[in-house]
Amino acid sequence: MRARGLCVAFGENSVLRDLDLDIAPSEFVALLGRSGSGKTTLLRVLAGLQPESSGSLVVPQPRSVVFQEPRLLPWKRIVENVALGLRGGTARAQATAALREVGLEHRLDAWPATLSGGEAQRAGLARALVRNPHFLLLDEPFASVDALTRLRMYDLVIDLWRFHRPSVLLVTHDVDEALLLADRVLVLEGGRIASHIPVGLARPRDPARPRYAELRRDILSLLGVPLPTAPDFDAQDALAAPYPFATGVSA
Amino acid sequence: MDISAPSLLVRPARTRSGSRRTRALRGVVSPIAFVLLWQIGSTTGAIPAAKLAAPTAILAAFWSLVLSGDLWNDLVVSVGRVAVGFAIGVSLGVALALVVGLWEPGDFIFDPPLQMLRTLPYLGMTPLMILWFGIGEAPKIALVAFASMFPVYLTLLGGIRAVDPKLLEAGRAFGLGRAETIREVVLPGALAPALVGLRYALGAAWLSLVVGEQINADRGIGYLIMDARDFLRTDIIVVGLLLYAMLGLATDGLVRLIEARALAWRPKILGAAA
Repeated sequence: MRARGLCVAFGENSVLRDLDLDIAPSEFVALLGRSGSGKTTLLRVLAGLQPESSGSLVVPQPRSVVFQEPRLLPWKRIVENVALGLRGGTARAQATAALREVGLEHRLDAWPATLSGGEAQRAGLARALVRNPHFLLLDEPFASVDALTRLRMYDLVIDLWRFHRPSVLLVTHDVDEALLLADRVLVLEGGRIASHIPVGLARPRDPARPRYAELRRDILSLLGVPLPTAPDFDAQDALAAPYPFATGVSA
Repeated sequence: MDISAPSLLVRPARTRSGSRRTRALRGVVSPIAFVLLWQIGSTTGAIPAAKLAAPTAILAAFWSLVLSGDLWNDLVVSVGRVAVGFAIGVSLGVALALVVGLWEPGDFIFDPPLQMLRTLPYLGMTPLMILWFGIGEAPKIALVAFASMFPVYLTLLGGIRAVDPKLLEAGRAFGLGRAETIREVVLPGALAPALVGLRYALGAAWLSLVVGEQINADRGIGYLIMDARDFLRTDIIVVGLLLYAMLGLATDGLVRLIEARALAWRPKILGAAA
């Protein structure tokens, strides 16, 4: 995937300005940015859901998207939702295989309204994978899933990515999600890619590792959320002192 | 049944008010008492038969009409009028909603005049219908068709316009063409409101039949009632009214049955089935 001088404007308001971006085949890239930074716009342009105003863009085909809300058609059973838009007589078989991959083979004929949030999102993942995408766009797909399910979804996404090897662009605002999953983290600011941070940690990743913490700190400060530096012993003692303001004695 | 579905159903709690069955029994006590009082009033002469016949007289009239075959004949005629008029009205309503909802010029070509026509009190159009269509079957059917068209038009159009743009976009992202999008996303999404419109349309259809049949009808339930009026047969009038009510109820039940099958995906109906 390759973009050069990509611009998107809504009237006077330009959201992406002269943006350059390359994603290598099978690379897993996470895109971070403050809200309003244009993350979603970039994803929609790359997904072909919105035209660019100017610039050149080459996107590998087929591509597919997993949306933030699962966006399953409520009147179609899960397997029909996954098979949506597939041509040919094997659509249902392909959809069934994709659902098996995400562990939903027991829910083929369920209605979307009966799925849990995690199941619905896995169905969304199956619907994207069944198209054998070379480029997979993930738009904050874990945002509406509870924390425990999210951790399991991370493993599932990594397994599927390793097996199918698509290029992945994950849009997220969760620094840990980006660091747990991606080869490279991008920070979008002012309509362009402000920073590229190669993660370079072996998977599965351990947030307790010092290198992880360092990357996390760096990225957060790029996003405008500087963490306080580790307090020294005196400061910690002061924090630990009971009722520091209650009397004049403790000081 | 899935464990997540029943949580959507608020099950009536079994409280001091008793089980469902005893409460259902309790619900029929006052209607029965009402009919009994009515019967007593008629028997004692407090309610003159020329104003309102006794329940027993109504039952007897009903039975004699069944035996003579008149009831059946009038019923078939009335149901036939509603069926034809309703079919025409619903077809027109659906076709216009599709044109206006899915074809951009249709919006300004057809919607304004339809919105104007909609505000006409359709029952007030009866004299015009008679002038246009004479006094045979045509004006009655036209009245029913006119009445049943608008609820379907309005609700289906509203449903088409209210389809979630996020689902439309998802359809686009997964390669649906225009025809497929309409078939897989737009119409199924608009079905629920359209079925509600269908129920409204049925109500309007029966109502306009009642009015249509009271003018120059020589067959049908309306004729039965008007004929009975000339002979002060309040028992037969009530039989006719009850027939209308039962037909309305039965056809409404039919649409609700369609609703339950076609909208099986809706969480509420899933819960109710559990």
